[in-house]
Amino acid sequence: MNFTLDSDQKEILDLVKDFAANEVRPRAAAIDERAEYPADLVAKMGELGLMGAPFPEEYGGAGQSYLTFALMVEELCRSCASTGLIMDVNISLCGEPILMFGTDDQKARFLAPLATGEKLGALAMTEPEAGSDAASIKTSAVKRNGSYILNGRKIFITNGEVADTYVVTAVTDRDMGPNGITDFIVEKSMPGVSFTTHYDKLGIRGAPTTDVVLEDVEVPEENVLGGVGNGFKVTMDTLDAGRIGIAAQAVGIARASLEDALEYVQERQQFGKPVSHFQGVQFMLADMATQIEAARVLMLRAAFLRDRHIPCARESSMAKLFAGDTAMKVATDAVQLLGGYGYIQEYPAERHMRDAKITQIYEGTQQIQRLVVARQVMNTR
Amino acid sequence: MRFELSDEQAMIRDAVRDFAQGAVAPRADEIDRSNEFPADLVRQAAQLDFMGISIPERYGGSGLDHICFAILVEEIAAVSGTLAVILDVHTSVGSEPILFFGTEDQKSRYLPKLASGDMLGAFALTEPDAGSDAASLRSTAVRDASGWVLNGTKTFITNVGEADVYIVMARSTDAPRAGGISAFIVERDAPGLRYGEPMHKMGLHGSATGELILEDVRLPGDALLGGEGEGFRVAMKALDSGRIGISAQAVGLARGALDYAVAYARERKQFGQPISRFEGIQFMVADMATAVDAARLMTWEAADACDRGVPFTYLASMAKLMATDTAMQVTTDAVQILGGYGYIKEFPVERFMRDAKATQIYEGTNQIQRIVIARELLRGD
Repeated sequence: MNFTLDSDQKEILDLVKDFAANEVRPRAAAIDERAEYPADLVAKMGELGLMGAPFPEEYGGAGQSYLTFALMVEELCRSCASTGLIMDVNISLCGEPILMFGTDDQKARFLAPLATGEKLGALAMTEPEAGSDAASIKTSAVKRNGSYILNGRKIFITNGEVADTYVVTAVTDRDMGPNGITDFIVEKSMPGVSFTTHYDKLGIRGAPTTDVVLEDVEVPEENVLGGVGNGFKVTMDTLDAGRIGIAAQAVGIARASLEDALEYVQERQQFGKPVSHFQGVQFMLADMATQIEAARVLMLRAAFLRDRHIPCARESSMAKLFAGDTAMKVATDAVQLLGGYGYIQEYPAERHMRDAKITQIYEGTQQIQRLVVARQVMNTR
Repeated sequence: MRFELSDEQAMIRDAVRDFAQGAVAPRADEIDRSNEFPADLVRQAAQLDFMGISIPERYGGSGLDHICFAILVEEIAAVSGTLAVILDVHTSVGSEPILFFGTEDQKSRYLPKLASGDMLGAFALTEPDAGSDAASLRSTAVRDASGWVLNGTKTFITNVGEADVYIVMARSTDAPRAGGISAFIVERDAPGLRYGEPMHKMGLHGSATGELILEDVRLPGDALLGGEGEGFRVAMKALDSGRIGISAQAVGLARGALDYAVAYARERKQFGQPISRFEGIQFMVADMATAVDAARLMTWEAADACDRGVPFTYLASMAKLMATDTAMQVTTDAVQILGGYGYIKEFPVERFMRDAKATQIYEGTNQIQRIVIARELLRGD
């Protein structure tokens, strides 16, 4: 057991911290208010090597560990949850499945543009009738002349229309249930790909969320990812690791909330002294910090296992569950500590609270995480 | 970062687990019912070299790190909270002050006997009117020609009457509060030392708890531990690593209760199926298991910091807060999962719940932990 970062990790994280503090943080409020996709920041992250941080260098990545990547997501989300999410999804939900399950040819073609920021990635799994029950998707992929013809509608797609490369789940054999699902790498430039429903969201407003509509999209056979019929496994393995990124996002949001609250309670005077002098306030701060630390070690452990290629479904679900609930609790308490000022947009507390809510919902709701953990712990099913 | 046990740590875990499951588990209920100090198990632990785990080899100990210490306490607490607290108090607050602050003569006189289990250690800080406000203690130490004379009443002393060596804090100068306190090594045969009536506790039956009464206790001059007026610092440093032990005890209690509840839920049939199939039970178990893992990681994080010699008061307090609140929550939920059977003594979970309550109170109440954490958060700003 060792809970310290090595000097290389510290060095690269310092770089991310500087970028996040100096370039991302000043923009966060406006990005949120205008629901503005921060294209320039994404380009900058590409230049800095953040967009492909954990990809091997041979594919244009920075060759960082997944653990370092998670800490980068945490730092970015500490400044702006939208900006951090765009980078996280690009890597964990699009690049990683290609890296884990792709052919050499697919890795060579798709990863480098994702790593440089030239192209942006997304995962298209959720459908109107297939949320938590992801195996019930209806999007179809029918083989014809060495290609697959995809038809269907994917909803709630993070990076939606601003992405270029999509990992798409579709049904290739309707009689096979989960074993009839196949993943495809779909490009925006393919005829028949379109986007509808630009969601106006509670939080993470700078990360565009749209529907992706597939109408007779012809996808060449070489874009099958991970083998025909393996799509459900590819996607579930992707989400096992992806949840570590969401846990990191949640920790980042929670830290930002606590830090803002700490600053406020030491300045705010009531009853003749800073409100930080009151035990009621102190106890809230102590609980917030303790929960954040707990979430953080759970997140780091899952990332460590992921780096060692040790199955981590249990650990990543625990991390996502605990971190998401912590972010919501801590962000809500931070609004409370700021009182009326917490409720107005001049302070970032309310944005953190809105951003935090999504971490309890996406990449598997907290209820799904509990099922995953319970199945592992009780060995049921 | 490395989230795996070293070979040495894994070896200790296996050895202690064998002892805990083989020798302690069959006795745990009987110890609870009879309320008798398990002297035979303490002797066996001594024979297995478990009594001096963190004492350096040159003083007869095993010289292992504090993660090994935490593992030892957790494994025993998972079957018996009572034996865990006996060994924990002996090892941490009962022995470590001599290691940290003792003269070479004091170390070579006491540590080998404490490490071998020939002597049992204890720690006497609390007084009837000095609980959380430890600096207000009133026991006195007066220097005379032949040494020191101690007077006062200590209360809630774990291992009282069974211990051979007590680390006693008393007021030896006129300096107010913390500055006037000194620490002393008091042996059981010191004239004037006696014990109050045994306290009848809610849990941790079999662990001796009660008053240590000092009536003109005469000590030689070299009984002073650390410098004069340094006693409060001795006590606080002892409690920092002591909290790692209590965290580990809490993790063990929570784990013991969780494991029992999981096994029960898989067996117990209602509505035609094992109750482990019900989502309501699964969600409880998922939250319990997640909190236990987080608490263990935080305990080890504090232990790791302690061993690296960096300040760890903050981490130890967070671990203690998280772990003991988790122990209370998880043991209470375990009783709930067992329903009526959880409430009767034929099943061990009510014992775990009674034992868990102490962990939120001793070695600094969780309210004191919150103050320590908040002070660190607000420090310097």
